[in-house]
Amino acid sequence: MQIKHIDQNAILYLNGVSVSFDGFKALNSLSLFLEPGELRAIIGPNGAGKTTMMDVITGKTKPDQGDVIYNGTVDLTRFDEAAIANMGIGRKFQKPTVIESLTVFENLEMALAGGRGVFASLFHRLKADQRQRIEEILLLVDLQDRVGHLAGSLSHGQKQWLEIGMLLIQKPGVLLIDEPAAGMTDIETEKTAVLFKRLAKDHTLVVVEHDMDFIKALACKVTVLHEGSVLAEGSLEQVQNNEKVIEVYLGR
Amino acid sequence: MTLGPLTRTLLNDRGSQILMVSVLAMTVLIPLCNLAFPEGSALHVSTYMVTLLGKYLCYALLALAVDLIWGYCGILSLGHGAFFALGGYAMGMYLMRQIGDRGVYGDPVLPDFMVFLNWQELPWFWYGFDNFAFAALMIMLVPGVLAFLFGWLAFRSRVTGVYLSIITQALTYALLLAFFRNDMGFGGNNGLTDFKDILGFNIQADGTRAVLFVLSGVALMAGFLICKAIVQSKLGRVLIAVRDSESRTRFLGYRVEHFKLFVFVVSAVLAGIAGALYVPQVGIINPGEFSPVNSIEIIIWVAVGGRGTLYGAVVGALVVNFAKTYFTGAFPELWLFLLGGLFVISTLYLPKGLVGIIGQVRNRLAARSATAQTLKTSE
Repeated sequence: MQIKHIDQNAILYLNGVSVSFDGFKALNSLSLFLEPGELRAIIGPNGAGKTTMMDVITGKTKPDQGDVIYNGTVDLTRFDEAAIANMGIGRKFQKPTVIESLTVFENLEMALAGGRGVFASLFHRLKADQRQRIEEILLLVDLQDRVGHLAGSLSHGQKQWLEIGMLLIQKPGVLLIDEPAAGMTDIETEKTAVLFKRLAKDHTLVVVEHDMDFIKALACKVTVLHEGSVLAEGSLEQVQNNEKVIEVYLGR
Repeated sequence: MTLGPLTRTLLNDRGSQILMVSVLAMTVLIPLCNLAFPEGSALHVSTYMVTLLGKYLCYALLALAVDLIWGYCGILSLGHGAFFALGGYAMGMYLMRQIGDRGVYGDPVLPDFMVFLNWQELPWFWYGFDNFAFAALMIMLVPGVLAFLFGWLAFRSRVTGVYLSIITQALTYALLLAFFRNDMGFGGNNGLTDFKDILGFNIQADGTRAVLFVLSGVALMAGFLICKAIVQSKLGRVLIAVRDSESRTRFLGYRVEHFKLFVFVVSAVLAGIAGALYVPQVGIINPGEFSPVNSIEIIIWVAVGGRGTLYGAVVGALVVNFAKTYFTGAFPELWLFLLGGLFVISTLYLPKGLVGIIGQVRNRLAARSATAQTLKTSE
């Protein structure tokens, strides 16, 4: 294992990560560098390795090669999902996966940082400051009216926000968000973009998205993945005018 | 100690309250009617009935144990009869040692079947079972340790769903075959029987029967409160989260396998206790209790009663077993068809089981009155 250069400024640094499934190279020496407080959009055609990249960061998939360095010191490839989640890397799946038969409040309570052990959970009592933290998040994701409802009864967009709230309540260092705008109404999409821009001040957000209008609304740095590695990086405008990007997208 | 707030938080729903009151009433009234009223009196309950109902209470505790893992955590164990039988065997071993020299062969130490097999001395794993406290410990420890080892291996390897169900079924089947063997030292296919007394009291006496019945009722209520305390805590919500979305729970930072292991062990211990109370009442324990069919029947009780409510499991165990007793007497050849039919009907039309019917009816009525209301306002 060789780490060529670690930039102390990077909150997350992928260095030459490769993953292959049955000979198919899902990630091919992928390198990515994220600064703290950055909002980054990742785009790319199907099979470009976006989801695999998320899997590697969150510990679901172990890379064949390469390192994933968090906060300049921790190599994430050596930990499992639960450990990585507890280190402050939150992941938002493409499909909203909230706990449907628990209420909005209970979902947030489960996500709250703190005792994750069996006995800590058995004897858990919610403290006043924790209750307050849940209320802050409810306000932030605009679900304060639905607090006692079952998560299963929420609309698609509301479920997405609840899930984002569940990640936020853990005060994550990095938030990985997979296609948040998919299936949302235009108003919901707009609201989500505003939310992300507000969040980016205190959090590092990585958003994987297909919806170009949404990415435009985010107005952030864009990384284009293709065949498991970075094809181009820059503002949306720069990327859209990039020859290679045009070829990949039109040549499909 | 303030019991008020405790019961208020634990028994916070109508179903649980009704169940606790009913079980309490049964526990008090049935032995009372058996002992206080003479035979022939309209209020007399026969000893046969006491024993039968006592058996049902043990089944209800077993169903509760299964609902804790299946209804809340989504672990479909098709081998829970094994833990019940192991608790039963531990109790049976104590009862065998209590026989002493009153057996057919009159050996002061060896149970009859060992004399019959020409064994000269007691196998090491029978040591200590003449002591009730030791036996009581084993009743909980043996199912608990087995569940821990099995669960630790299965959950750590992330065996879930139907695969887990299959290996639990294999577990109970393997134990069935093992206990059938004479040289295992558990009485082979005859099992353990001919019990004489328990803690010095004649096991056939009406008074002993009544006490065993009361203990079964108390165990059921205590088990219910324990399960309720677990599912009401944050741990209970983690269990529901595991059931609904295991990977989500894992990404939230919970070690899912630890939670599963915890409830699995609690559930196995409860099943063991149920088995231990069952054996002195029915007077026998044999390898048939390990039969995979028995374990599947438990699932049917829970499904019919209503899974994921705890009290539904108790209702299911009682209703199905009453039906079984009645139908196997009245229409013996039809029973299995009726049991199968009951399961199909409850799966198709009663997703929340018998206890869910009230809610379903209430919702329908509410929907009807809501439509009526809208019609009225639109007029």
